[in-house]
Amino acid sequence: MRSFAALRTTIMLLLALVTPALAVEPSEMLKDPALEARAREIGRALRCVVCQNQAVDDSNAEVAHDMRRAVRERLAAGDSDRQVMDFMVARYGDYVLLKPPFKSDTWLLWLGGPLVLLLAGSALLLAARKRKLEPPPAPLTDEERARLSALLGERKP
Amino acid sequence: MNRFLFVLPLLTLAILAGFFGWSLLSGRDPASIGSVMVGRSAPTLPGQLGEGLIKAGKPVLVNFFASWCAPCLAEHPMFERLKSREGATIIGIAWKDKPEATRAWLQRLGDPFTRLGFDQDGKIALDWGLSGVPETYLIDAQGIVRLHFRGPITERDLGTILPLLRGGS
Repeated sequence: MRSFAALRTTIMLLLALVTPALAVEPSEMLKDPALEARAREIGRALRCVVCQNQAVDDSNAEVAHDMRRAVRERLAAGDSDRQVMDFMVARYGDYVLLKPPFKSDTWLLWLGGPLVLLLAGSALLLAARKRKLEPPPAPLTDEERARLSALLGERKP
Repeated sequence: MNRFLFVLPLLTLAILAGFFGWSLLSGRDPASIGSVMVGRSAPTLPGQLGEGLIKAGKPVLVNFFASWCAPCLAEHPMFERLKSREGATIIGIAWKDKPEATRAWLQRLGDPFTRLGFDQDGKIALDWGLSGVPETYLIDAQGIVRLHFRGPITERDLGTILPLLRGGS
């Protein structure tokens, strides 16, 4: 039993170490580890434009490879992270950002979920309160009770 | 209130059906996200590629293609037609393709391009916000990108291309 538990723990621990494979190839990496770290940060925030829901760093697509290279070229040329992001947005639009900015045409995207939650929550709350306010039904009068027992009595064989 | 609650599911169904119906019939492509280039002045092309063609008083088509790309083969006759019937100025840019393969492909199928460029490392494409081949941009006489097509040009697209191509010349 104990060895099973140990085995299970080991497997769990090993699974915890598993990370998704990066598509960044060694040949693409920058020599300066600080710059490379910034490039990774940016690559994780950029959407691969042909894979729809994959970051540039996770994609093997040709375009993603080109984008990674462009990010590193800009960084090596002395651009700030912000400037590199702007460089990509100027070419591919907000779509290229995995976290779209909050602005006039994206507010619904950001607030839509909480808004629906708020609406549904208040509707539920209102309904619950209304139900509570309804007075309990009046108890049966003597006459009704007599009729009820007569009816029940009739059904008995 | 209670009656309204009964109608609510039907109403939801009707709205959904209406939306799906509209999506099917309007020919809308939900995968299309357009290009931010439309409405902006065209990115510069390296070297002599765009010189004397872009912003030269005549609309220009810029087509990214490759000899290894099947949809490019499919749209190729459209460019042949635009060239021969409309005298369109078309800049072809071979994306991630070997120049000898591109040349052989054009020799076999016909060369509709006024000028041919090579973008083997995808650097030009990145400046144009390209996601793959084929993609086509229509640039007006003033050098502003007017249309962008992701995927092959079809018969139906000529309806939007031709007025801009003729109107600007």
